[in-house]
Amino acid sequence: MYGWLWRHLPGPRGLRVLQVLVLVLVVVAVCFGWVFPAVAPHLPFNDGTVGE
Amino acid sequence: MSGRVRAAVGAVGELCITAGVLVLLFVTWQLWWTDVAAADDQRAAVAAVQQTWSGPAPADAPAPEDAPVPAEPPVLPEPAQDGEGFAVVHVPRFGEGWQVAAEQGVGLRAVLNDGVLGHYAGTAMPGGLGNFALAGHRTTYGAPLSAVADLQVGDPLVVETADGWYVYRVSGTEVVSPDRVDVIAAVPGDPAAAPTQRLITLTACHPRFSARQRYVVHGVLDSFSPRDGRPPAALGAGSSGGV
Repeated sequence: MYGWLWRHLPGPRGLRVLQVLVLVLVVVAVCFGWVFPAVAPHLPFNDGTVGE
Repeated sequence: MSGRVRAAVGAVGELCITAGVLVLLFVTWQLWWTDVAAADDQRAAVAAVQQTWSGPAPADAPAPEDAPVPAEPPVLPEPAQDGEGFAVVHVPRFGEGWQVAAEQGVGLRAVLNDGVLGHYAGTAMPGGLGNFALAGHRTTYGAPLSAVADLQVGDPLVVETADGWYVYRVSGTEVVSPDRVDVIAAVPGDPAAAPTQRLITLTACHPRFSARQRYVVHGVLDSFSPRDGRPPAALGAGSSGGV
């Protein structure tokens, strides 16, 4: 999967490393900004309220 | 092994590693980033509530004696909208100058994840007859109630509203299961009874980093200082105003 990605990124080695870094940052940003906040309320910790 | 099997095993391995990294990333987000993000929200929430208070700024020096509770202390109407701030809560036990906003509602994403205390809809408002019930995070999201287990009987919980300062005193703590809604009833533990006292209740998760139980703190209204007077002595010198 990652080998396939590496082979399909264009440009020389240095440019590919740069692209990988950008991709990682995008994934982290999407996770922190949208995915994790949406998932967290469904996980069994951090609810401090009482209710039925 | 044929090349195809080898490739399949490799892909599964990469997926497992990816999943592990994502879980680590989630833990990082939960334990670190939510606190970072909530810090700004917490300050903004306090400032937003304080902005709604008109009238002269309170004198810096606290009153030497706490005023007794009047027969009918002023009681704010309950905000209609979730997320609407109406009070700033000061807890000297949590540190000098410690303060956090109280907003209407206990929804996680709408209210509590901003690091504020949430008011259980339908329970009494500050100074009201019955039980002024608040929930807050004990870990992560700014963790307003991180030190909730440090509260001792007699500790002041000061609720500041547009009308003044309501000083509640901690009367007891308990650990209950999450379905025990009677702890926030007008008479805690007895939902059918008519209230005769002006109480406060805080709920937080317990144990820390778990939602298995709830840590509950009860308190009783001890004094009320109107805003046109001086802040109550329970606040200590220099702990009113500012962040």
